[in-house]
Amino acid sequence: MKKSLFSTKTIVATGLGGALFMVLFMFVKVPSPIPETNLQIAYGISAFFGLLFGPIAGGLIAFIGHALSDFLSYGSPWWSWVVASGVAGAIGGMAYLKSKTDIEQGEFDFKSFIIWNVIANAVAWVIVAPVLDIVIYAEPVNLVFTQGIVAFIMDAIVVIVVGGALAFAYAKTKTKEGSLSKK
Amino acid sequence: MKTKLFSYSQLDTFIHRLSGLTKLICFLLLTSSVMLTFDIRIIFGIMILSIILFRIAKVEFKKVKLMFIYVFIFLITNFFLTFLFEPLYGVEIYGTCHELFRISNRYIVTLEQLFYQFTKFSKYLSVIPLGLIFFFTTNPSEFASSLNNVGVSYRACSAVSLTLRYFPDVQRDYHTISLAQQARGVEMSNKEKVLKRLKNMSNILIPLIFSTLDRVELITNAMDLRGYGKHSKRTWYSYRKLNKNDYLSITICALILLFTLYMRFFVTKSLFYNPFI
Amino acid sequence: MQKEPIIQFKDFTFQYFAQSEPTLYNIDLNIYPGEKILIVGPSGSGKSTLGHCLNGLIPFAYKGKIHGSLKVKNIETKDANIFKLSKNIGTVLQDADGQFVGLNVGEDIAFSLENDMVELSIMKEKVMKMASIVDMENFLNSSCHELSGGQKQRVSLAGVMVDDVDILLFDEPLANLDPATGKVAIELIDDIHKKTNKTIIIIEHRIEDVLHCDVDRIIVIDEGRILMDASSSEVLASNILSEHGIREPLYVSACKYANININANMHPENIDKFDLQNNEYKLRKWYNNAKRKQKENNNESILKVEHLNFSYDGVNKVLDDINFEIYEHEMVAIVGKNGAGKSTLSKIIVGFENPDSGNLILKDHDIKNMSIKQRGEVIGYVLQNPNQMICKTMIYDEVALGLRNMGISEEEIKQRVTKTLKICGLSPFIDWPISALSYGQKKRVTIASILVLEPKIIILDEPTAGQDYYHYSEIMEFLKSLNEQGQTIILITHDMHLMLEYTKRAIVLANGKKIADNLASEVLINDEWIKEANLNKTSLYTLAKKADIDDALGFINTFIQQEKELRTYEN
Repeated sequence: MKKSLFSTKTIVATGLGGALFMVLFMFVKVPSPIPETNLQIAYGISAFFGLLFGPIAGGLIAFIGHALSDFLSYGSPWWSWVVASGVAGAIGGMAYLKSKTDIEQGEFDFKSFIIWNVIANAVAWVIVAPVLDIVIYAEPVNLVFTQGIVAFIMDAIVVIVVGGALAFAYAKTKTKEGSLSKK
Repeated sequence: MKTKLFSYSQLDTFIHRLSGLTKLICFLLLTSSVMLTFDIRIIFGIMILSIILFRIAKVEFKKVKLMFIYVFIFLITNFFLTFLFEPLYGVEIYGTCHELFRISNRYIVTLEQLFYQFTKFSKYLSVIPLGLIFFFTTNPSEFASSLNNVGVSYRACSAVSLTLRYFPDVQRDYHTISLAQQARGVEMSNKEKVLKRLKNMSNILIPLIFSTLDRVELITNAMDLRGYGKHSKRTWYSYRKLNKNDYLSITICALILLFTLYMRFFVTKSLFYNPFI
Repeated sequence: MQKEPIIQFKDFTFQYFAQSEPTLYNIDLNIYPGEKILIVGPSGSGKSTLGHCLNGLIPFAYKGKIHGSLKVKNIETKDANIFKLSKNIGTVLQDADGQFVGLNVGEDIAFSLENDMVELSIMKEKVMKMASIVDMENFLNSSCHELSGGQKQRVSLAGVMVDDVDILLFDEPLANLDPATGKVAIELIDDIHKKTNKTIIIIEHRIEDVLHCDVDRIIVIDEGRILMDASSSEVLASNILSEHGIREPLYVSACKYANININANMHPENIDKFDLQNNEYKLRKWYNNAKRKQKENNNESILKVEHLNFSYDGVNKVLDDINFEIYEHEMVAIVGKNGAGKSTLSKIIVGFENPDSGNLILKDHDIKNMSIKQRGEVIGYVLQNPNQMICKTMIYDEVALGLRNMGISEEEIKQRVTKTLKICGLSPFIDWPISALSYGQKKRVTIASILVLEPKIIILDEPTAGQDYYHYSEIMEFLKSLNEQGQTIILITHDMHLMLEYTKRAIVLANGKKIADNLASEVLINDEWIKEANLNKTSLYTLAKKADIDDALGFINTFIQQEKELRTYEN
């Protein structure tokens, strides 16, 4: 059964998901093979919550979480990237609406999860973030697109690996007990 | 865990007395002004204003030193990357070329490039004190009601409020879970390979996220039982009525934005202010 | 009481969609305005479901089939929505942390008014009034993190009363409170009942603690049916509670051991009113026959804590010169109120925090400089909430995790995991996913996942918090059996029954200092320590005094001995 996109439960999940996103965004940085860059585990959270609660939850979690983390660590949000995060979360959350199976019944549609999140991260990091950087900060085109492509690849990997692992684990907790027998 | 999330301190300054809504609107108006212009004169004006406000709000520099260090690291990295990728971007923008010296055939240092990079640097930097003032002088509980008052859906505002409410809890849980897993031998240092690191990470994420999902259920019940979402609107306990100073502040900030737009569309007639022509 | 009932169940049956059998069967129950009712039942009895039916979470949040009728203030609940019901009935949930949704006290109390679009000035006034009723008016700007458990509960109570509801429903109000705070909470509920004459319904399994103040009726539920609906004295005079796995007040159990026939006229509902009706001699006789000497502890020391000092900020000492020893094969309790330093102490022992000064000596080795990982192999730590530890989907993998991280061969892992699962009684579930287990079984899995590393000592943080008597016994009997097999165990707790029944020794902390290190029964009759550690004096003490038994301590120890023997006999 699909929940309403704006039910109390979705709001609460968004709030707590935002808090999780913030904690991971600020404190958990897994260094990537490329020097001086980190894999942002937090995007796995917004993708996972998006899958469970829909695009509004996914988008708001990444947007709120990223904006508040920026406030805390830099004093002011870096709007271009904050907006891109929100876009990534929202498009990724489309997997909730478009999945062929229901994860609450224990079946995780990994394929649609991958497709939507690759699209999401491509749009966010290769289009939204660089364009906003150019429009607002007149950043050099080459620079922002290079950064965007690096971010796209790394975030897509994180989302698929971390978000996927979480979704598989979640689906397993939803299996029916009928198949179990004691040894 | 003694780290308090918001160093919001209850002082009695002009800025503290303003309503949260005013501060949010002013923050948005001023940062929009900075975003919409590449005119160093306006950027400098706003930067000076924000430094003055910073002093009025009595934000202790000690508390924000670390943030400034992060910002500087970011900006300096950006400064060098910009030059590395587009050494002649300034020349392209301003249409003149005042060469200072050459590093190689590709990397020529020009006055235009320095001016462009310096403007960008200031543009990023000038909004930092504004953000800090907003963050250090606004009671977090006023934040959600302010957002609602600038037209954001109250449900989204509740989500923001819940994020602020549960951030310390989640932070504490993350800390505890991470230590408990390390005690079981889960390696958290950077000695391992990337994929292994991600896998180890999931040993902390799974208990953290699944216990948070349990909580979602509980909080949802608590909110439903107290009538959350009953009407299409709601009021806010922490809302403060606007007074004369609030209206004055909003008017000033709105005028600054209008002035910025006026300059951009009627005076310089471009995003960039060009001193080279 | 010939008034119209405020709550009326008529042949009410409820079945969750996901379940094959109803959870509640043919409930007939009337509750009248101004009554104070206690609903008791073991876990899984349907008492929480009954509560959900009353406040509207059923059918609003939990779907299922309803037969028969339930009227609250003459409104048929299956036709009403949750918002309408929440205007009549206010629910104080078990988890005060979860119920606290505002960023500060004032905002949280106002939450329901905000949702009703009440105007700001009226809202401020109402919040102030409610805050002063629960004595929290000086904390309106405090955040949830600055409050104690008892204060959070007061805020929850104010937050539901602000709606001016006629009925207050308390869902296990004592679960997360220490004994002294629980007592105050019960007094507060009683006070509100007397002042406002609201209808009060308390769902709780800690009967002795609830009965600290009078209730009008007790309703006993098991397996979805009402078994008894009578005054508290009648319920306690019967044997219905112990027959259905619900804990009787300790003094009632003691009298039953002494073969005293309890009847309703003796007022068994309250120890102070309890009239033994010239049966005191029976208690004395039982005591003289049953008493025996306590075994002395001759074991060797396994862990020495010497002159431990710690502070988070370098100014306020959280631990101040703590010294004690733990002996091999011992089960010890560390007790003290919130903020006394007990969790900090355990974190230092397992290496999550480093002490400012002092020594930690494990069997002649100083372990102060060991890493968390190394320390984890000798001292295991089990978190309160099993869901915060479990990271694998299968039981086998969860238990094997620590060994795999140590790089041990799969063959040896298999051997050790199988052995540990056997000790923990989990062998039948070896191929099961963890999600299919009950809370108590999950707790066992987390204990197994630590035990498999073969630590010298395991420390458990509040192992039974929030559990009813059945799960409490299940967890504690399991720990006892581990202990009997030689495992040294340290328990952090504020559960008095646990201390009394399972741990010989209790180390009491107050304000960062160790104030006592004695037999648990000695601690529970010492007024000063009780006060410092937010405990209550055990009712057995009062009973001993009533029966003119001078050696109250001996009497309590005899009682514990008898309970243990009965349990062993039952198993």
